[in-house]
Amino acid sequence: MPEKHKHVADKPDNAQNANAPAEETAAVVSVDTAGGAMEPSAVPATAQSGQLPGGPDTLMRKIFTGSGMVSVLAVLLALIIGGLLIASTDERVSTTAGYLFARPTDFLGAVWNAATRSYIALFQGSVFNPRGNGLALQFAPLMETLTIATPLITAGLGVALAFRAGLFNIGGQGQIIMAGIVAAWVGFALDLPVGLHLLLVLVAGIIGGAVWGGLVGLIKARTGAHEVILTIMFNYIALYFLRYLLNTPAFQRPGESNPISPILDPTAVYPQILGTQYRLHLGFVLAIAATVLVWWLLNRSTVGFEFRAVGANPKAAQTAGINVSRSTILVMALAGGLAGMAGVAQVAGTEKVLTDGVAATYGFDAITVALLGRSTPWGTFAAGLLFGAFRAGAVQMQIQTGTPIDIVLVVQSLIVLFIAAPPLVRAVFGLNPRKKKSTPKKGSKTGSRETAQAAAGGAA
Amino acid sequence: MVRVLKLELRGITKRFGSLLANDHIDVVVEPGQIHCLLGENGAGKSTLMNVLYGLYDPTEGQILIDDAPVSFRGPGDAMAAGIGMVHQHFMLVPVFTVAENVALGAESTKAGGFLNLEDTRRKIREISDKYGFDVDPDALVEDLPVGVQQRVEIIKALVRNAKVLILDEPTAVLTPQETDELLDIMRQLKSNGTSIVFISHKLREVKAVSDTITVIRRGKVVGTADPSAATTELASMMVGRAVNLTLDKAPAQPQETTFQVRDLTVIAPNGTHTVDGISFDIARGEILAIAGVQGNGQTELTEAILGLQDRVAGSVTLDGKELLGRSVKEVLHAGVGFVPEDRKVDGLVGTFSVAENLVLDLYDKAPFAKGISMSPAKVLENANSRIKEFDVRTPAAGAAAGTLSGGNQQKVVMARELSRPLRLFIASQPTRGVDVGSIEFLHRRIVAERDQGTPVMIISTELDEVMELADRIAVLYKGKLVGIVPAGTGRDVLGLMMAGISPEDAAHADNTRTGAAPSGSATSTATAEGGDHA
Repeated sequence: MPEKHKHVADKPDNAQNANAPAEETAAVVSVDTAGGAMEPSAVPATAQSGQLPGGPDTLMRKIFTGSGMVSVLAVLLALIIGGLLIASTDERVSTTAGYLFARPTDFLGAVWNAATRSYIALFQGSVFNPRGNGLALQFAPLMETLTIATPLITAGLGVALAFRAGLFNIGGQGQIIMAGIVAAWVGFALDLPVGLHLLLVLVAGIIGGAVWGGLVGLIKARTGAHEVILTIMFNYIALYFLRYLLNTPAFQRPGESNPISPILDPTAVYPQILGTQYRLHLGFVLAIAATVLVWWLLNRSTVGFEFRAVGANPKAAQTAGINVSRSTILVMALAGGLAGMAGVAQVAGTEKVLTDGVAATYGFDAITVALLGRSTPWGTFAAGLLFGAFRAGAVQMQIQTGTPIDIVLVVQSLIVLFIAAPPLVRAVFGLNPRKKKSTPKKGSKTGSRETAQAAAGGAA
Repeated sequence: MVRVLKLELRGITKRFGSLLANDHIDVVVEPGQIHCLLGENGAGKSTLMNVLYGLYDPTEGQILIDDAPVSFRGPGDAMAAGIGMVHQHFMLVPVFTVAENVALGAESTKAGGFLNLEDTRRKIREISDKYGFDVDPDALVEDLPVGVQQRVEIIKALVRNAKVLILDEPTAVLTPQETDELLDIMRQLKSNGTSIVFISHKLREVKAVSDTITVIRRGKVVGTADPSAATTELASMMVGRAVNLTLDKAPAQPQETTFQVRDLTVIAPNGTHTVDGISFDIARGEILAIAGVQGNGQTELTEAILGLQDRVAGSVTLDGKELLGRSVKEVLHAGVGFVPEDRKVDGLVGTFSVAENLVLDLYDKAPFAKGISMSPAKVLENANSRIKEFDVRTPAAGAAAGTLSGGNQQKVVMARELSRPLRLFIASQPTRGVDVGSIEFLHRRIVAERDQGTPVMIISTELDEVMELADRIAVLYKGKLVGIVPAGTGRDVLGLMMAGISPEDAAHADNTRTGAAPSGSATSTATAEGGDHA
C-alpha cells in the first residue's frame, strides 16, 4: 500500500510538471542530487513529503512518516549488523579467524553460531522460553516484554501524536516524571477507597503530564519559542524538581536517607491482570485503549483533522480557519497526558514507588519508538512491543551467552540510523523498484549506456 | 560575432514510470532564431527543457548540436556546450552584488586563487552596454526590480557564452511594460546570433516575438505554427479543442453594496505600510478586479480581510458587520469564500487527500462532523459530487492533493470555496499556473457566482484576466490604490497605472503617445470613479 501511494506521489514532480514549473523541478532534482553530483533518490524530496514549506522540518517529516517497509528492513538490517558485532567479540570466532584461510567454514560457522545463539537467547528472554516449567513460565518472558512495552507505547504515542501536528516532542522524559510525581503523591499520601484511589492516581498522573506538555505548547504558541528547546529544558526542570522533592519530608520515605518515596497504597496500584505470577498490570490494557483512542482522534475526529492539517501545512490550516495556536497547546497537552500514562504505569504498575529513576530512559526511547512506528498509532504500538522485547530479552541474553546488554542499545541505535536513511536501506536490500523505472537515472550506468547507444545509433 | 549554433532534439522520450512526459519530441532550433515552445502547464515543456539542460537523461532520443550528438550529465555540461537557462524564479543570491552573482560558479581567479571580480565586472559592462541592459555590476541584487534581476540572469548565461538561451516562462513575473522590454531584449539577442528557446503559454507574447512555434500537448508535438497564425488557432492547438478565449458574460447587474472597505491599512513587522489607506466598495452581483504587479500589497489586502494580518487599521464591513479583528473562522462563517493566491502553500494540504482538502474549512460543520466525530462517508460523498461538478481530474477522491496538476489543485480549492452559500467571494490569482482549458471553466464559475448576487473580488497580476473578468478595475501600487477604472479601460492605461501613474495622467500619457484620444468618455468615468481615492 505505501509503495503504491509513493508511486502516485512521485509522478507530478518528476513527470507531469503539471504543477511544477521547470525551475521547481530543476530545484527538486538539484536538491536531490546535490546539484547533479549524485544520483537522484527514488522519489524527489518534495514528493516524499508532500508540498510542505520549510527545509529541516520537511526532512524530519519524511523520516517520521516514511514507508513502513523501510521500518521493517531497518530492523532486519540492524539485527544483522548487531549479529556481526556479537560475533566479533566471540572467542570462538577470533580463534577460528586465526586459521581463516585454512578453513574458512570454521570461521563462518562460528560467526553464525555466535550471532544466532545470542538472538535465540534474546527471543527466549522476551517471548517464549521452552525451558520453562509449564506453560505459564514458558510465557513469562512475553509477559515481561508487555510490561516493559507499556510505558514505551504510551510515551511513544505522545511523541507520535505531537509529531503528526508538526511538533517534535522531546519532552516525554519530563512529562513522565511530572506525571510520576503527581500520581505517586496521590498514591501514597491520600487514603481513598478501592477503585476511586486508583482512578484518581491515573487522572492526576495524566493531568500532571498534560500540564507539563501543555505548558510547552502554551509558551510556543504565545512566544514562538521552539518546542525542542523548551521540552529539553523542561526535562531538566522536571528531573531536578523530582530530586529535590525526594529529599523533602513530603516525598521521602520516613526513616530513609535515600531519595525514595513511600510505597504506594495497595488501593492505588494497577492490578496485575494475569495473576500475581506476572508483573503485567492494567497499564497495558490502558495502553491498548490509548492506542485506539489516538487512532480515533487522528483519523476520525475534527480535533485530529486539525492536528494533521496543522502538522502538514500550518499556513493552509490557518487560512482555512483552524486556530494553530490552540492546536499547538492542545496537542502538547494530549501528548503530555499520554506520556503521563507512562509515568503512572511506572509508579502505579511496575515500580510502586517514586525514585529519581522513575522515567528511566523511556521518554527518549519513546522518540525512537514513534520514529520506528512512523508516527502512526498502531505502528507505535508495534514498535513499543519490539523495544519492550529487546529490553526484556537483553538480560536473558547476557545471562545465557555473555553477550553484553549494550548490544541491544547498539541495535536500537542502528535501527534509528537506518530509518533516517531510507535510500541506504533500500540500496542494501537492492529494493529500489521505483528507481529502475521512474527516476531520472542521470549519470547512472544504465543511463549513460542508453545515451551511448543512442549516440552510436545516431552516428551509424 | 558569436559562433551560431544549431540545436536539435531528436525523438526525445522521457518516461517516468508509466507516465510518458515526453513522447518522441522533435524540435530543431535554427541558429539565431526565437523558437517558442507553446503548451499548457503539464504539457511536458519543462521536462523537455530539463532534458536539454542536462537535468534529466532522456529515456530515448538524442540531443544534437551542430548535427553532432551530445550527451549532458548535468547543467555544467549543457553550459559548456553553449546552452544557458533562465529559470522562471531566479537563481540569484539576493545579498550578493550583480558581479558576485554572475561570477558565482564560474569565478575567475588571480594568481594565488584570489577572486578576480574586476574581470566579471568588465564582462557585465560589455554585455550591458551592448544590449542596453543598464545593469550596474556593483548593485545588490535584492535592491533591483524584478525585470532587472531577470537581465542579470540573462547576463549570467551570456557571460558563460550561451549560444542558445532557454527562457522558461520569463514574463510571469513582469509588468506589461517590463514584458515589452524583455521582448525587445530577445529580439536584440537574436540579431546578435543567440538562439532563444522561449517557453510560454501566453499567446500574445508568443505571437509578438517568435520565429517558429512548436506546440506541445500531453508530451507530444502536435504541430508547428507560424507566428502569424490566429490566436484562437494557437489556443485550440494547445488545448486540443476549440477554446473560447473571450468570456461571454452578461453585463453586471449590481445590486446593493454589501461589502465596504474603508481606510484599510496594514502595517508590516518592519513598520512599513504594505496596504496604505485603501477604500473601496463592492456591490452584490459585481466583480471588482484588483490589478497590480505582484508584491504591491495584494497579498496583505486579502489577508487583512480574512483576519490573517495582525496589525491592521480601518474598517472592513460585510452586510454591515465589521470583519476586522475577527478570527479567520468567524470571517469564513460570515460567508466569505476565499481562494488564496498560492494554493500549494495556503490553499491545500498536499499530503491530505482530495476529499479531505475539499472540506478543509468545513470539516467541523454538519454534515461532516457531529460534535468532534467526523464522518468519513459524508466527506467522501461530498468529494465525489464536487469532483464531478468541477471536473477535477484525480485518480480517486483519496489521492493526495499534492499529486494533482496545478489546474486540478486549483479546481479543488475553488470547488471547496464555492460549495457553500457565500456573502462575499475573494479569489487571489484564481488561474495562476492553470491550463487554458481550466481557465475558461474557472472564469465561468466566477461569473456564475457573481450572477447569483455575490460580491466578487478578484486579485490578479495577469492583465488579461483582470480585463476579462472585471466589472470595475482597481489598481494597486505600493500599497496604495492608484484608482478605480471601468472595465473597458485600455491595456496601456492599466499598465501605466500599475507603475503608479494616476488614471488621469495615464490616460493622458497614453493619448499623447498614440496621438489620438480614443475613449474620452472612458477616461472621464475613470477619473470620476477613481477621484475619491486620489
